[in-house]
Amino acid sequence: MGSRASTLLRDEEIEEIKKETGFSHSQITRLYSRFTSLDKGENGTLREDQVNFRGFMRTLAHFRPIEDNEKSKDQNGPEPLNSRSNKLHFAFRLYDLDKDDKISRDELLQVLRMMVGVNISDEQLGSIADRTIQEADQDGDSAISFTEFVKVLEKVDVEQKMSIRFLH
Amino acid sequence: MEGLLMIAAQVMSVWFTLAFTLIVLPSVFGLSLGISEFYMRILVKTLEWATIRIQKGVKKKQAMALKNSASSGIIQRDETTMEKEIAGLRRVDFELSDVFYFSKKGIEAIVEDEVTQRFSSEELVSWNLLTRTNVNFQYISLRLTVVWVLGVVVRYCLLLPLRAALAAIGIVSMIVGTTLVGKLPNSRFKDWLSELVHLTCSRILVRALSGTITYHNKENRPQKGGICVANHTSPIDVLILTNDGCYAMVGQAHGGLMGLIQRSTVKACPHVWFDRSEMKDRHLVLKRLKEHVADQNKLPILIFPEGTCINNTSVMMFKKGSFEIGGTIYPVAIKYDPQFGDAFWNSSKYDIVSYLLRIMTSWAIVCNVWYMPPMIREEGEDAVQFANRVKSAIAHRGGLTELPWDGGLKRAKVKDTFKEEQQKNYSKMIVGNGPTGNLSMGAESD
Repeated sequence: MGSRASTLLRDEEIEEIKKETGFSHSQITRLYSRFTSLDKGENGTLREDQVNFRGFMRTLAHFRPIEDNEKSKDQNGPEPLNSRSNKLHFAFRLYDLDKDDKISRDELLQVLRMMVGVNISDEQLGSIADRTIQEADQDGDSAISFTEFVKVLEKVDVEQKMSIRFLH
Repeated sequence: MEGLLMIAAQVMSVWFTLAFTLIVLPSVFGLSLGISEFYMRILVKTLEWATIRIQKGVKKKQAMALKNSASSGIIQRDETTMEKEIAGLRRVDFELSDVFYFSKKGIEAIVEDEVTQRFSSEELVSWNLLTRTNVNFQYISLRLTVVWVLGVVVRYCLLLPLRAALAAIGIVSMIVGTTLVGKLPNSRFKDWLSELVHLTCSRILVRALSGTITYHNKENRPQKGGICVANHTSPIDVLILTNDGCYAMVGQAHGGLMGLIQRSTVKACPHVWFDRSEMKDRHLVLKRLKEHVADQNKLPILIFPEGTCINNTSVMMFKKGSFEIGGTIYPVAIKYDPQFGDAFWNSSKYDIVSYLLRIMTSWAIVCNVWYMPPMIREEGEDAVQFANRVKSAIAHRGGLTELPWDGGLKRAKVKDTFKEEQQKNYSKMIVGNGPTGNLSMGAESD
């Protein structure tokens, strides 16, 4: 029981997370108990990537539905984490493995390989990657920048595809 | 110093005499003096009072939130399949937006899944005056706190010593009793005596936990030559069942105190204990169990097919091994009432000793046991289907949800085959199913 007390969430922390992510008080406490139940080593971080609770909440904040922002419109503050632009940025970072703000052919291949496993040959996967880059690339550098990424996805309903309904 | 020892010895003897007359003797005859019923009535009244105080003290909005959080989940999952979400009406191909589907599903699973929550104690709707369940509830009033302090004193200073003494008596008499019975030659008298000893010790141990058990449908009680199958929540399950009948246990031979108990009981009554090396040999295990069941004079075997302790809100996959033995299966559903004490053993969090301490400092162990009509494997039904059928019946009877997942997920990771299946599905979608590029995957996807 002693170790649990030291990892309990303090009220100031909850307020900070609330401002940063837009989750409600009860949602944050519920997600915190989920985080602690996943954190088997009880050292405040989740496994290999050493994600702490703040990082965990920041990532989850990207998946909040956009309509929820209507209630707390803060025009002067920073853009909320779940805005369309930030959601797209999150998805871009999933592809951009070395974080150089470009999705190269290799990176695209790696991600594709993760998604299809062993079911598609290297050549076929390579041609899929080439086609995707060709369609998106506008400045001819054989890589996809963030602006090109946004252009490709301009017709996609990002809000719906990348939102999770958090209860209460 | 000597005077102190004298006093201590006198207190101990009074204690033990009381315990003997009030609890041990009635256990031999299966009678009850009504003491525990009286205790339970007071307990129920106190907890009801506490619940009302809490409801009055907490603001209405917070109370609603509490009710919601205990029953519903954190998120509402989007149940659209991969086919609909990605393929939809488009032609066969990969698109950059596909990553949205996977990341969303991944995050949904991280935030809430069906299985992880089954390996932690059930959340209560209203506080039951135990510190360990005080997760969502905050300070309400002075009176409640006083009652809580009183509760702590009663539980730790009065109940715990009493229960520990009873447990000691129970275990010692089990070992001594079965060893003595074991010395007799095999006969009907020996069997009768062995049953008496087992039952008495079980009853003492159940009272050591302040167990209040209600048995339903006793006419369906497991018969000799059968196999009794139940859902597993804790090692206490064994006591709960042996309190009302005699079974042949099946399990791995341990060392230490447990091993001592195993060795002495097997002399009186043919339990089936396996060495660690024998356990790995599935055929050997199956053969021995088949031999036991074939002998109609032998007591019914007790097996927990889930293989591990689950938190009593759901029933997980029943391993097919128990259902390949043949013979009649007698399903039993056990449901604990978490309000009086949490019986679930979270073996990754607590070892057996701290678990027993927690049990002995709870208010009581209250549970319902339903004996269900016997089931046998039907024509054309394989062991897995039979196992699932029995599992459904038990889940339905006990009011537990049914999950197809393996209880082994408590410690092991999910098998790679699940991931590979998803990868295969997705590949078909972006490459097509051959020259026709047909998109109707429905029939094949599982």
